[in-house]
Amino acid sequence: MNLSGFDRISAYEWRLPATGAMRVPAVIYADEALMRAMDDKVREQAANVAMLPGIVRASYAMPDAHWGYGFPIGGVAAFDAEEGGVVSAGGVGFDISCGVRCLHTGLKSDEVEAHKVLLADALARAIPAGLGSTGGLRLSGQEMDAMLQGGARWAVAQGYGTEADLARIEEGGCMAGAEPAAVSDHAKKRQRDEMGTLGSGNHYLEVQRVAEIFDEKIAAAFGIAADDVVVSIHCGSRGLGHQIGTEFLKQMTVTAPRHGIVLPDRELACAPIASDTGRRYLGAMRAAINCALANRQILTQLLRDVFAQLLPGSRLPLLYDVSHNTCKVEEHELDGRRRRLYVHRKGATRAFGPGHPDIPPALREAGQPVLIGGSMGTASYILAGTVRGMELAFGSACHGAGRAMSRHEAMRRWRGREVVDELAGRGILIRSPSWRGVAEEAPGAYKDVSAVVDAADRAGLARKVARLAPLVCIKG
Amino acid sequence: MTNCAKWGIEASAMNRYEHFEHRADIGVRGMGSTCAEAFEQAAMALTAVVTDPDTVRAQEMVELHCEAPDVELLLTDWLNAVIFEMATRHMLFARYEVRITDGGLHGAAWGEAVDVARHHPAVEPKGATYTALSVREEGGQWIAECVVDV
Repeated sequence: MNLSGFDRISAYEWRLPATGAMRVPAVIYADEALMRAMDDKVREQAANVAMLPGIVRASYAMPDAHWGYGFPIGGVAAFDAEEGGVVSAGGVGFDISCGVRCLHTGLKSDEVEAHKVLLADALARAIPAGLGSTGGLRLSGQEMDAMLQGGARWAVAQGYGTEADLARIEEGGCMAGAEPAAVSDHAKKRQRDEMGTLGSGNHYLEVQRVAEIFDEKIAAAFGIAADDVVVSIHCGSRGLGHQIGTEFLKQMTVTAPRHGIVLPDRELACAPIASDTGRRYLGAMRAAINCALANRQILTQLLRDVFAQLLPGSRLPLLYDVSHNTCKVEEHELDGRRRRLYVHRKGATRAFGPGHPDIPPALREAGQPVLIGGSMGTASYILAGTVRGMELAFGSACHGAGRAMSRHEAMRRWRGREVVDELAGRGILIRSPSWRGVAEEAPGAYKDVSAVVDAADRAGLARKVARLAPLVCIKG
Repeated sequence: MTNCAKWGIEASAMNRYEHFEHRADIGVRGMGSTCAEAFEQAAMALTAVVTDPDTVRAQEMVELHCEAPDVELLLTDWLNAVIFEMATRHMLFARYEVRITDGGLHGAAWGEAVDVARHHPAVEPKGATYTALSVREEGGQWIAECVVDV
């Protein structure tokens, strides 16, 4: 990306002053190397977001920002309903409430090593992954609505996981304000047999080893130590969320002129929070958040069943579950007063600092766990929210590595089988229904997640706590 | 750019599809002598995002219908209608036919149930987006394209 026009505020903060139709500046948190490697589209998109009605303070982009749909992926923007603020379907994305959940296993890596192949094969059988895979659950109309209203809380009541899990999920596992009636029949139909499925693309379930601890104190508060084995699940609201995103994108595009909104880019489709379309989207989007939370909760039970069979006595308590494609109502300090804001995070992880009341009591002093997925051959990270991050970007941090090249380019460079063999040689077992999918998701197709995480840490968005190395990856 | 194989006995030299680069996702582009043919080819490009279309048998037909305020939104609606049928019927499509009238788009898609062993589906399309969305005529050729979120 061309850096001319940006004011360099610090080594990790770049500000594009508000010019033209921009109502606020655009701010990117990244080091110079990441900035230069970024797509020029990030600058254009972050500036476009800054033009939307009711945006407050700035349009932000995280260190892993890349070309998205309207909003950059890695974009954060907050809107005030009282100032004509909007809600945007593109600002949340198609995979509503896509997120990462991390579970302890209570095991050390040498205890898992001997069972790794069996574990990989058993997980591949138990976890529905890839296109066309279906879950074991079929929901009636009433059950679907109850799931959309109850989220992970509904799943626990159905026997998936335990009450204790709920405390470790954002919103206590149940997003308030969901309106199943605002979710179309098409969206519900698309979800009919997709409960408890991983999906495809960059979604995965990964058994990981804690390879490095950066902050012993916070790691202890999170209950992790070097060489512990954890399991991370990365997936979202499946077909239901995709369909809601698709439908409201169109609806918001069509209704924007009626609300007097001029869209610099159609993908920025949005509606006033205080409008019928805005309210219905919020109700449907919150239902999709519950769908994602229920989905990850069901997958958790499938995972626990496999561990119980292969490693009797193992327990898999939840460390944390956090989403990175959402719009949430939050209170933030702005110009010396508390304001109620609609914070969009598109490919950005909520990262609340120590003491925030929304963090589970046991973790509150340490800061909210921020779970960052890497690529299947590299590393994932656990970070913690900071007090400073609350001021920098409304308590938000990066969400992953981001692609370094297109799927086609990856397919030209790698063969799926070779990628799997190469990783197996390094002790990383990959199981996937698709060789081509593996090639497209080859570790080399992703940017260096470590550089992204370092930039987030140094910018003060979140604090590095631990690095996780993959042992087994079930790839969607 | 990747030029994919031309499909079908009825396809004229003009009718073809390709993918274009998008860092995170993938662009689909259909070309034809009419707008409807370009739409058909864009849908072929969508199939090719998932699998090699040559591996898909045209066994079963599904009818589709969509309406939109302009021809570009009609393209995303058409592709999203195909994505919806793929997802809910667990099917892949090998052939498409599109008719565009004032009343909207009437389409048909021929395909079969996903067979993971044979189709090796690479990735599941989530939705057609408005990014790089364009339907235009250039030198007598129609081009219909947009980025698909996968």
